[in-house]
Amino acid sequence: MKESGNILFSGVGGQGILLASEITVYSLMSAGYDAKKSEVHGMAQRGGSVTAQLRYGKKVYSPLIEPGCVDIQMAFETMEAVRYLPYLHKDSKVIVNTQRILPPSVATGKSEYPEEVLGHLTRKGIAVVEVDAFDLALEVGEVKTANVVMVGALSAFLPVDPALYEEIIRTRIPEKFRDVNLKAFAAGRQASK
Amino acid sequence: MSKLKADTLWMSGNEAVALGAYEAGTKVASGYPGTPSTEIMENLSRYEGVHTEWAPNEKVGLEVAIGASFAGARALATMKHVGVNVAADPLFTASYTGVCGGLVLISADDPEMHSSQNEQDNRNYAFAAKVPMLEPSEPREAKEMVKLAYELSETLDTPVMVRMTTRVSHVKGVVEKGELQTSNVTCGINKDPAKRVMLPAMARKRRTAVEQHMQKCRELAETAAYNRIEKGDTKRGFITGGVSYLYVKEAFPEAAVLKLGMCWPLPEQKIRAFAEMVDELIIVEELDPFLETHIKAMGIACKGKDLIPNQGELNTAIVREAIAPGTGPQLFEPVELPTRPPNMCAGCPHRGIFFNLSKMKVFVSGDIGCYTLGFLPPLSAMDSCVCMGASVSIAHGMAKALGEDGFDKVVSVIGDSTFIHSGITGLINTVYNQSASTLIILDNRITAMTGQQQNPASGYSIKGEAAHALDLEALCRAVGVPHVFKVNPHDITETRKVLKEAIALKEPSVVISEAPCVLLPEMKTRKPVPYVTDQEKCTGCMSCIQLGCPAISWTTFQEGEAEKRGYRKKQKGISQIDEILCNGCGQCASLCKFDAITKGGE
Repeated sequence: MKESGNILFSGVGGQGILLASEITVYSLMSAGYDAKKSEVHGMAQRGGSVTAQLRYGKKVYSPLIEPGCVDIQMAFETMEAVRYLPYLHKDSKVIVNTQRILPPSVATGKSEYPEEVLGHLTRKGIAVVEVDAFDLALEVGEVKTANVVMVGALSAFLPVDPALYEEIIRTRIPEKFRDVNLKAFAAGRQASK
Repeated sequence: MSKLKADTLWMSGNEAVALGAYEAGTKVASGYPGTPSTEIMENLSRYEGVHTEWAPNEKVGLEVAIGASFAGARALATMKHVGVNVAADPLFTASYTGVCGGLVLISADDPEMHSSQNEQDNRNYAFAAKVPMLEPSEPREAKEMVKLAYELSETLDTPVMVRMTTRVSHVKGVVEKGELQTSNVTCGINKDPAKRVMLPAMARKRRTAVEQHMQKCRELAETAAYNRIEKGDTKRGFITGGVSYLYVKEAFPEAAVLKLGMCWPLPEQKIRAFAEMVDELIIVEELDPFLETHIKAMGIACKGKDLIPNQGELNTAIVREAIAPGTGPQLFEPVELPTRPPNMCAGCPHRGIFFNLSKMKVFVSGDIGCYTLGFLPPLSAMDSCVCMGASVSIAHGMAKALGEDGFDKVVSVIGDSTFIHSGITGLINTVYNQSASTLIILDNRITAMTGQQQNPASGYSIKGEAAHALDLEALCRAVGVPHVFKVNPHDITETRKVLKEAIALKEPSVVISEAPCVLLPEMKTRKPVPYVTDQEKCTGCMSCIQLGCPAISWTTFQEGEAEKRGYRKKQKGISQIDEILCNGCGQCASLCKFDAITKGGE
C-alpha cells in the first residue's frame, strides 16, 4: 500500500458523494494521515457533474490532484467514470457504481448514452472494479446505503484497518442505521476483492 | 487504535473562519449568502453568544458590522467577491472612521468562476480602500488569521479584510480548537463625531490618519510571522500567498519561498532582502499581477504573469509547467461524452415560467440565482444576466431605447431574494421614469442557489426563528406599480394567460410567481404523488420533453419498432416519467394534449 494517495470521487449532483468521502477521510485520519479534500458548491450542485478530490499522506499541501496523478477514482455513475480520464494514469484503479443517470441531452433524445463506455479505461490497461452498489444495498436491506457500499469497495485499496472504518461508522451514523451501514460496508469491501 | 485527537477537527475553510470568529469573541455578524462564502455565516449561527443575520444585501451587512464595531463589539461581515462591490461604498469610508471593536470583512473570491459571473481579484480592494488584507492558504490558517485580523483591527484602528478563495473556503483540512479570546474594548455608546461624521473637514483629517495606520501596518508586516521566509534552494526563489503557496510547495519543494500571509500592505524591506537572497525571483499568484505590480514598483526585478496565467485557478501542474515546461506526466486524452450541465430540479417552479417565456417573442432580462439556468436548453429563455438586481433596470433601459415599439417586447425575471437585494430600487425607477416593462418575481420563499438561506420574505431568521415576512405584492403596489398579478407557475396555461395580459399592458406590471422551492425541508419530507405516463396514449409529440425536467426521459424507437409496438408508423419514440425523481408538480400533465400523463393513483 502507498503511504500517500490521491482519490477522485465523481458522480452526479445529489448522489451523496460527500458522505462517502467523509467516512473515508475520517478513517484515513484515524490511521494517522494528514488529508485535504476539495469540493465545489453552488451552481455546480444542481444535478451537474460533480467531483470531490481527496489527498492523503504524511503532509498534504495542495488540495487539488494534478492531472495524471489520480490513484483511485470512485465513480458513482458509469459515464462519470470516464469523464476525468486525463486525471488518471495507467496504474490507476477505477471503482464504478454501475448505475446510469441520463444527462439532459440523452433524456431529451438529442444524444445517446455511450455504450461500453468503460472500454475507454480497460483498453488503456486501467483496472476497473464494477460494483452494483444499489443491488448490494438492497440486499443488506436499505437502498440508501449504496454510498457506504462504495466506501467499503474503496477501503480494500487503502492502508487503513477495516476496524477503524467500523469505528467511524459507529460514531458518525445514527444508531438506528448503524447495523445496516456496517453490513453495507462489509458487502462493498467483499465486492471489490 | 484511532489516532484522532479530541481537539482535532476536520473542517472546511469556511467552517474554520466561523470557528475563528467565535474564538475571537465576535458579537455581531451580518452578511449576504454567495458562493463560496455562504457557510461562514451558517456555521457561525450555530455558536452561542454571537448575533448572526442574513442582511438583504452586502452593503447593509457591512454597515451593520460597522455599527456594531462603533458600539464596541467585535464585528464580522461576510460576502462573496462581487458582494464587496455592493459593500464598497461603506468600505471605502470605514477605513477613515476606523473602528472601536475589531471589524473584519471576509471576501470569498471565486477564481475560475465555479459559481460566479466574473473572477475579479479582490486584493485590489485592499489597495484601493486602504485597508490591510490577510490571505490564508488553508483552513487551519484561515482560523488563525481571522483571530489575527481582529487584533490588527483594534491595534491599528482600521477594518481588516480576509481574502478567501474557493479552494480555501471549500477545502477541508485538519484544524485545531483554540483558546477563546477577549477584546479589550467594551460595548457602550462612545460619541466621537470628529472620527465618525465624515463631513469633508473631518474626512480630510481622517485621510491623514489612514496613511498613518497603514504606515504602522507596513512596519508590523516587516517582522510579522505571517510573512515568512522559508529557506531553500536560492537559484529560484518564489514570492507567493494564499492557495498559490501550496502549489509552489508541491511543484518546487526545495525552493526558497517568501510566503506573504498579508497581501496588503507589503513588507518592502523583507521582500528586498528575499530578492537579494535568490538568483531568480518568481511571483506566483492567481488572477491579477497584484504582488508583481507592487514589487516591480519597488524597483525589484522579477518574473510573474509572463509565465503564470492571469485567468482561472492555478494548480500544481500549471505552476510547474509554467516554470519548468515538459516535466509533468504524459496525459490520456479526454473522451467526448454527453455533457452534464446543472439543471433546475424536477418540480422546480421556475420551469413553468421559463417554459412559457420560451414560447413568447420577448427579450428576457435575467438575474442571478437558480433561475439563471433558464438560459440552458431546452428552455433557452434568458437573454441577459449581468449582476444582482440588474434584470429590472436593464429591462427599463431597453424599453426606453426601443420606445413605443418595445413596450411589449422586454420582460425581466428576478428571484425573491435578489429582488430584495437590489431589484426594488430598479422597480422604483421603472415606475418613476415610466416604462412599461413587465417584471416577473419568482417567489420560491428561499434563497435557493446558495443552499436554502432564509431571507426577509421567507418568514424566518437565519436561526429558523419566526420573523416578519415581507409582503412582496404590497411592496410593489406601494412603490406605485399599477398592475400586480399572482400566478401558480405549475399551472402552465393560466400562467401563459396572465403573462400575456401583463406584457401587453402599457403601464408597469409585476407578475409574482408563487410556489415553494422543492428543496425546502417541508417539500423534501412530504411524499409527492408522482405523475405517470400512459405508454399506450403517448403519441411521441415531445411537448413534455420540452420542459427539460430531469424526471422525464425520451426513448427513441429503433427502425420498425413503432409499428411492431402498435404505434403510428411515423412515431419516433415515447416519453416516460421516472416516478422516483418526479416531484408531482404536474407541469407536464398540463402540456399533454393526449391525456397520457396523469397523477399516480388517479
